[in-house]
Amino acid sequence: MNFFASIGAGVVNGVWKLGLVARFFALLLRYSGQSFLRLHLTIREIYFGGVLSLVIIAVSGLFVGMVLGLQGYETLQRFGSGDALGVLVALSLVRELGPVVAGLLFASRAGSAIAAEIGLMKTTEQLKAMDMMAVNPIARVVAPRFWGGVISMPLLAAIFSAMGVFGGWLIGVVLIGVDEGAFWSQMQSAVDFRHDIMNGVIKSAVFGVAVSLIAVFEGYDCTPTAEGVSRAITRTVVSSALAILALDFVLTSFMFRGL
Amino acid sequence: MSVASNAPLVELKGVRFAYGEREILKGIDLSVRRGQLVAIMGGSGCGKTTLLRLIGGQLRAASGQVTVGGENLSSLGRSGMYALRRRMGMLFQFGALFTDMSVFDNVAFPLREHTRLPPELIRDLVLMKLNAVGLRGAGGLMPAELSGGMARRVALARAVALDPMLIMYDEPFAGLDPISLGVIGQLIRRLNDALGAASIMVTHDIHESLEIVDYVYFVSDGQIVAEGTPDQIRASRDPFVHQFVCAEADGPVPFHYPARDVADDLLGVEGGR
Amino acid sequence: MSRTTLDLWVGIFVVIGMAALFFLALRVGNLASVDLSQTYTVRAQFDNIGGLKVRAPVKSAGVVVGRVEEIRFDINTYRAEVVFSIATRYEFPRDTIGSILTSGLLGEQYIGLDAGGDIDMLQNGDALQITQSAVVLEKLIGQFLFDRAGSATD
Repeated sequence: MNFFASIGAGVVNGVWKLGLVARFFALLLRYSGQSFLRLHLTIREIYFGGVLSLVIIAVSGLFVGMVLGLQGYETLQRFGSGDALGVLVALSLVRELGPVVAGLLFASRAGSAIAAEIGLMKTTEQLKAMDMMAVNPIARVVAPRFWGGVISMPLLAAIFSAMGVFGGWLIGVVLIGVDEGAFWSQMQSAVDFRHDIMNGVIKSAVFGVAVSLIAVFEGYDCTPTAEGVSRAITRTVVSSALAILALDFVLTSFMFRGL
Repeated sequence: MSVASNAPLVELKGVRFAYGEREILKGIDLSVRRGQLVAIMGGSGCGKTTLLRLIGGQLRAASGQVTVGGENLSSLGRSGMYALRRRMGMLFQFGALFTDMSVFDNVAFPLREHTRLPPELIRDLVLMKLNAVGLRGAGGLMPAELSGGMARRVALARAVALDPMLIMYDEPFAGLDPISLGVIGQLIRRLNDALGAASIMVTHDIHESLEIVDYVYFVSDGQIVAEGTPDQIRASRDPFVHQFVCAEADGPVPFHYPARDVADDLLGVEGGR
Repeated sequence: MSRTTLDLWVGIFVVIGMAALFFLALRVGNLASVDLSQTYTVRAQFDNIGGLKVRAPVKSAGVVVGRVEEIRFDINTYRAEVVFSIATRYEFPRDTIGSILTSGLLGEQYIGLDAGGDIDMLQNGDALQITQSAVVLEKLIGQFLFDRAGSATD
C-alpha cells in the first residue's frame, strides 16, 4: 500500500515539477529580450560558464581522444583496418562523446555553480531585494545565466571534439604509426559535415538548453536554506546527467534513423 | 506629487492575510503620513514582516485595502507595481547586498537600472549616498569584507539611492552591536527627515525605536493591540505594552507554548488521551 | 575583474570555439572536399542495389562527386530506384554508366560513374540509361559452385 502510494506521489510530484519548469521557461523566454538589450550581463555569464570550463573541457577531450586512439587501434588492427582509426575517433567524438561528455562536464562545472549562485542569492534575500527595487530577477539574474550557458555549450562541445581528434591523432599517428594520410583522408570521406558535425552541434545546443534550464530552475526554486541550496546543486547535476543521456537517445534515434 | 501632504501615504483598511489555512493578519488598520517614522512592533512571528510585504506588494491581501501613494495595490498590474516600487526603498533584515558586486556597484545598482544618467553623475550620486551613511571610503570593498553594521549602512544607502517617498525597514537592528545600533537608528531618523519621506520600521527592539520614531503600532496575533506616540506608549497601562516595554517573560503573551497542565504532564497522569 | 579583460577572455573563448568548429568542418569533415551545397539530382534504376545506403558516396574515377539521397522500390518495374545528387561543377555526359561497387572486400558500397561520350550533359532530374547492379556474394559463390559442378561432370 505504502509502496504504491509513494510511487503515485512521486509521479504526481514529477508531473507537477515539469509544469513548474515549463511555466518558468515561458517566463524566462518572455523576459529574455530585456537581458539581450544589455549584452554585457550575458557576456559575463559566458565568462563564468564557458571560459572557466575551457581547461577542464580541453584536457578531458584530449584524454578521451587518446583513449579512443589506443582502444580503437587495438580493436581495428585485429581486422586489419588500423587505417580506419581516424574514422572511428572522429565519428565517436563528433556524434556522441563530444556533446555528451562535454555536456556532463558542463553540468557539473558550470550548472552546479549557476544553481549555487542563484540559490544563495535567494537564501540571502538578494532576489527579493532586486524585486523590491523594481528589477525583475528573472530578467536580470536568471536569463543572462541561461543564455550564457546556451551559447557556451556548443562551443565547448566543439572544442572537446577537436581536442579529442587531436588526441587520437597523437596516439594513432605519432605514437603507434598509423599512416597519416590514411588517418585524415578516411576520416574526411566518412565524416559528413551536415549529418555528423551539424547534428553534433545541434545535440550540444539542446544539451546546453537542458542543463542551463535545469540549473537556473533548481537554483530559483530551491528552499532558501543552506540545506536547500546544497540539495538544489545535487539535483542539478543528477537531473542534468539524466536529461543529457535521455535526450541523447531521443535525438540520436531521430537523426541517424536512416543508417 | 498628487498626494496632499496631510493625506496618509500608506493606508491599510481591514487587511486580512493567510498562508493557506493559517491566518496571519486578522484585520489591520494602519496609516502613515509623509514625514512620519512609524514603528510596527510585536513578538517574533506575529505577522510584522508579512505586513511589510503587503505594503511592498510582494504579497496580496486576502481582503481589505492597501493603498500606497494614492494607488490601490490590488488593482495594480506588474508594471504598475514596478513603477510604484521605484518610489519605495526597502532595507532587508540582513541587508541583502549583492555579494558579487562591490559596495559602490551595490549602491549604483538602482540608479543604473532605472535612470539613464551619465557615469560621472552616477558616481557623484553614489558617493553622496555613501557619504550620508559615513562609508564614502568603503566604495571599493566587497560585501564579504564588511562588518554587519557596515553592511546594513550600505544597504541603507542603496535603499535611498532613488530618493524614495517611502522607506521600509525589516528588523534594521537585528544582530547589531550597541554602537552600530545607535548609528543605524540615527541614520534612519536623519534620512527620513532629509528626504521628507515616510518610513515604516518593523522591529522588536523597543528602547532604540522609542527614541527615534513618531508613532508606534503594536501587533499581536494578527491584530493591532495598541498604538500611540512614544510618550503615550511609555505611559501606557496596557498589559501587553507593559510586558513588551519591561521585557517581562510572562503576561498577555504567554511564556508557555499551549500545553496540558504541568502537574499532569510531570506526574504522568493520563490526561486528555 | 574589470569588464574589459572579461570581454577579452570571452572573445578568446568564442574564437577558440569557432576555430574548433572550423577544424571539425574542414579537417575532420568533408566540407572542403566536396561542395555539396549546389547540386543537381539524377535517377538510376538497378536490378539489385546490394547493401547501398542513403548518403553513400557517388564516385567517378575514385573521386567523390556526390551522395545518394534516396532509395526506393519502383512497383512498376520491380527495380530499385536510386536518387543521388552530384555537385554542380561536375558535369557528366548523358550516356554515363552507373554501377554499384564495393570499396575493398568488405567495405562500404558506393555508386561508380563511368563517363560516356555523349555531347549532351546530364540535366537535373535525368535518369541514367545504363546501370550495373551490385555484385551479390551469394550469387557469385552459387555461380562458381555451379560452374565447378558443370566442369566436373564433363
